[in-house]
Amino acid sequence: MNIEIAKEIEEFFSQKGHNIPISEIESRLDKLINEFKVPTEEARRSVVNYFLKEYNIPRGDFFVQQGETPTVKVSDITSEGKWINISAKVAQLWDNSHESIDQAGLIGDETGTIKFVKWAKAELPSLVEGKSYMFKNVVTDSYQERFNIKFNRTSLIEEIQEDIEIGTLSVEFSGAMVGIQVGSGLIKRCPECNRALIKGVCGEHGKVEGTYDLRIKAVVDDGMSAQDALINREISEQLTGITLDEAKQMATEALDQEVVLEKFKEMLLGRYYLVKGPKLDRNILVEDISLLPPLESDQIDTIINQMEV
Amino acid sequence: MAGQYTREVAYRIFAQEFRDSDLSFKDSNDQYSPQYLLTPTGAKVNRMLIVGTLTEKEDIGNEAEYWRARVVDPTGAFLIYAGQYQPEAARVMADIEAPQYLAVVGKPSTFQTEDGTILTSVRPESIHIVDAPTRDRWVVETAQRTIERVKDLDSDNPDSVRAKEHYNTDASVYRQMALAALESLKTE
Repeated sequence: MNIEIAKEIEEFFSQKGHNIPISEIESRLDKLINEFKVPTEEARRSVVNYFLKEYNIPRGDFFVQQGETPTVKVSDITSEGKWINISAKVAQLWDNSHESIDQAGLIGDETGTIKFVKWAKAELPSLVEGKSYMFKNVVTDSYQERFNIKFNRTSLIEEIQEDIEIGTLSVEFSGAMVGIQVGSGLIKRCPECNRALIKGVCGEHGKVEGTYDLRIKAVVDDGMSAQDALINREISEQLTGITLDEAKQMATEALDQEVVLEKFKEMLLGRYYLVKGPKLDRNILVEDISLLPPLESDQIDTIINQMEV
Repeated sequence: MAGQYTREVAYRIFAQEFRDSDLSFKDSNDQYSPQYLLTPTGAKVNRMLIVGTLTEKEDIGNEAEYWRARVVDPTGAFLIYAGQYQPEAARVMADIEAPQYLAVVGKPSTFQTEDGTILTSVRPESIHIVDAPTRDRWVVETAQRTIERVKDLDSDNPDSVRAKEHYNTDASVYRQMALAALESLKTE
């Protein structure tokens, strides 16, 4: 029993380039287990820590190597309180709001992005936006129904050479456009933070001189679920044939910004569309939208046949 | 997600099934909790999408405009009422002429007559002019959704159970209705 543990420990240290005589490991284990009646697991831990300290190896190295921690992708994170390893690229660093937080932001891999928090107490290296890292021994958590990852004292961060492509899983949804929400059409955005202004006021920066933009916050519904879809300026222009400049002109002529929204509603509501794009929370960020073509009579026949079964 | 507002789905119901519906309720006593109409096939409806033909419209208001319209699908007619509290819909109503294909998103509403009969109608959130292919697609989709609900009637889904209890639903009636609606598309 003790000899097996001793072998395991010896193997680990020899991988790290330190050859410890197995007899020395065994005698330390023996002393703890047999003489001082320490439980095996405690003894193992104590011996490992002793040698780690001796050779100045970070503690995380050994415990990560135990293979307990799975390496996952962002999309695999579906529960809190799990210890994981993940390689990801830093997508965004945010202004952090609290002194106990060293850095916070978004990291992502090809399956999506997730918020992270790096505690000041963790004393981990600083992350740089756009660089990719291997994050070892980090913990999943959740806040307001969304998952995030916490980097703590036992975590390890290594920069990696690979440039991870941040992707999002694209989804498709088809149905009738049953609603276009307020804040659609011709809108103004805050020049500082790009937030949409409400009555000329930015939630963060107060009354500002906004810059114009077009967007559509649509609800597409197939009779089973209602899907929010965000359509940006470029796609809105393609879909409606109204450019931002034309929209501004319409608003100027009518002395009312809302005419653009009214026009959009008139053109789009009640019609059937197929939308495609990555899904972020409850929204599909629309990359492609097309009007569904008229049903052919043989399609209708097929549907009837299916339903008669 | 818990605690977050989720938008009510716009159900697809044929006029015949809508006319047969008379069970209206709220899930809680809270005055802000949404009003539902349970249909014979077990759709629990707070919002619906109708695409059909406007055949008649009439301003029945005294001082303010109050529009009553008939919107027809292959199985019958929906009654749509739009007044000052549905300004967008009322504005469209004032401008359009029958016949015309319309898409109506709205809330079901019930009214009890003196002899106890319950009439259903729709309070529109929005009304828009659409084309024939959109209308056909709606008929197909509504037939599909209806058949799905009919198939679900024997499941232990609480809405299905309650619908069967209240209406003693004859599944074959609504199945036939949906199939006939589909067949009607072929002869056009």
